[in-house]
Amino acid sequence: MSVIPGVVAINTFREAVRDRVLYNLIFFALMMIGAAILVGQISIGIERMVIINLGLSAISIFGIIMAIFIGVGLVYKEMEKRTLYSLLSKPIRRWEFLVGKFAGLLLTLVVNTALMTLGLGAALYCVSRKFERADATILVAVYFILLELALVTALALFFSCFTSPMLSTLYTLGIYVAGVFAPGIQGISQFTSNWVLAVVTRFIYYLLPNFHNFGVIAEAAHGDAVPLALVWHNTVYAALYVLLILVASAAVFSGRNLK
Amino acid sequence: MANPAIEIERLTKDYPVGFWRKKMRRSLDHLSLQVEEGESFGFLGPNGAGKTTTMKLLMGLIFPTSGTARVRGRSINDVRMHREIGYMPEQPYFYDYLTARELLAYFARFFGFNAAERNERVARFLSLVGLAAAADVQLRKFSKGMLQRVGIAQAILHDPQVVFLDEPMSGLDPVGRREVRDIILDLKKQGRTIFFSTHILSDAEMLCDRVAVLLEGKLRGVGSPGEIVSMEVQGMEILFEVGKERTLPANIAARAKNIGNRYRIEVAEQELYAVLEQLRGCEGRILSVAPLRPSLEDYFFNLVGRQKSQVPAAEVGVR
Repeated sequence: MSVIPGVVAINTFREAVRDRVLYNLIFFALMMIGAAILVGQISIGIERMVIINLGLSAISIFGIIMAIFIGVGLVYKEMEKRTLYSLLSKPIRRWEFLVGKFAGLLLTLVVNTALMTLGLGAALYCVSRKFERADATILVAVYFILLELALVTALALFFSCFTSPMLSTLYTLGIYVAGVFAPGIQGISQFTSNWVLAVVTRFIYYLLPNFHNFGVIAEAAHGDAVPLALVWHNTVYAALYVLLILVASAAVFSGRNLK
Repeated sequence: MANPAIEIERLTKDYPVGFWRKKMRRSLDHLSLQVEEGESFGFLGPNGAGKTTTMKLLMGLIFPTSGTARVRGRSINDVRMHREIGYMPEQPYFYDYLTARELLAYFARFFGFNAAERNERVARFLSLVGLAAAADVQLRKFSKGMLQRVGIAQAILHDPQVVFLDEPMSGLDPVGRREVRDIILDLKKQGRTIFFSTHILSDAEMLCDRVAVLLEGKLRGVGSPGEIVSMEVQGMEILFEVGKERTLPANIAARAKNIGNRYRIEVAEQELYAVLEQLRGCEGRILSVAPLRPSLEDYFFNLVGRQKSQVPAAEVGVR
């Protein structure tokens, strides 16, 4: 198996670290400390729920922002700055470069998310001085956030192969928001009497990545268990979708003339 | 018989232009040439001639509209070809968050060198291009000349058999140019094939076994610098000094050009001795006498001038 994507991935991770991307952790830490102090004063009995809700939402939002804003520049920036010229003259295939860039950003997001999860755990412990068995759902929620981030990264990378960062951001963000509201789109297709609209919305529903299924923050906050079937479903769904987007990205990028 | 190092057959590249991108502009027009193993080959032409397009096509950075090319018998689409070549792009850009050492180590990983080999090579090549002292400085702090040196180091790091250098001298001071020239000569001595584009014709004359001249995407001539330009002596150049109290003979004064306290005159070969006699008569001090031959530069500018005046350029020694 080729080690080249791994070499590119490590360099992409190093780039993110040196560009001080992980500094967002400071904001997250400050936010969690502030929340832990405030929650104790304004909410009685629901401190844990508020902290979990806030913490997981922040992990998701910070991750999505990073995935989009770094992802849209992954390939475009290399083409624009011509750093690809020297790289592609080495024995490396274009798809290997793409997979490496994807894996590198994903590694950055995993490290970032893991550190934020530790921060959330610390804040939770400060508030309630204990961990409960139901808190394991928080880890499932974090895992789903990572699956979501993998999908968003793949989408951003795909657009980065052929359009500018600004348009890529719009497209990726648009698809993400639409994907979060996927059940609403499905609802339109079920309840409309206009058959054209029904066909179009059904098509869009199946085409868009369904981000709604990854949202279990409320369950985690209430300590409700997440069905194992959903974990499997989301894992396979995200893996297949990411694979599909990476194949499409490789197809686009492999035929692309560099400036 | 051994394969040529580089074989280019009717390589053509069209770019879509305009808002609808329906019009095509031809950047390279049926370029065919061969470069033999161990040859030092110069690729000459003004801006927009198609030199960088050719390099980018050979590197697989862009794709040809038609035509094919092979390097050491392998198609340019074959990724294994890249193991045998090194490439320095024009005005090289690198990851500026890395140090020179980290960048070279990163590139070395693509060739499967182990850690010890990587460290040894990186140190050796940084030293070769005169960057040993700056090895651990981030590239964002490097000058253009230093980046150019990093570009050369990364191109030859894995001992490639064929080295492509796109304008390797640009951005370098005279000392840097000399060092790069020495590196190229050293590579040549080691039997490597060097294919480089340049604007600096004196470098091409000094370094190249053969040159190709490209103009508006078309090959205008291929051959040794001596074949491309006639080596026939076209006159003699005399450089001399005369005392302030002395007056130059009228026929010489009319033709000589004053450069500071010296004079330069171009004369026909048959009148050389008569003019020298006259200069001796007025106690002139002869500094140098040199034959006048057309340079590659003259050929080049002549060709560009003809192209601009719409006169079809003669194909010289195209093969």
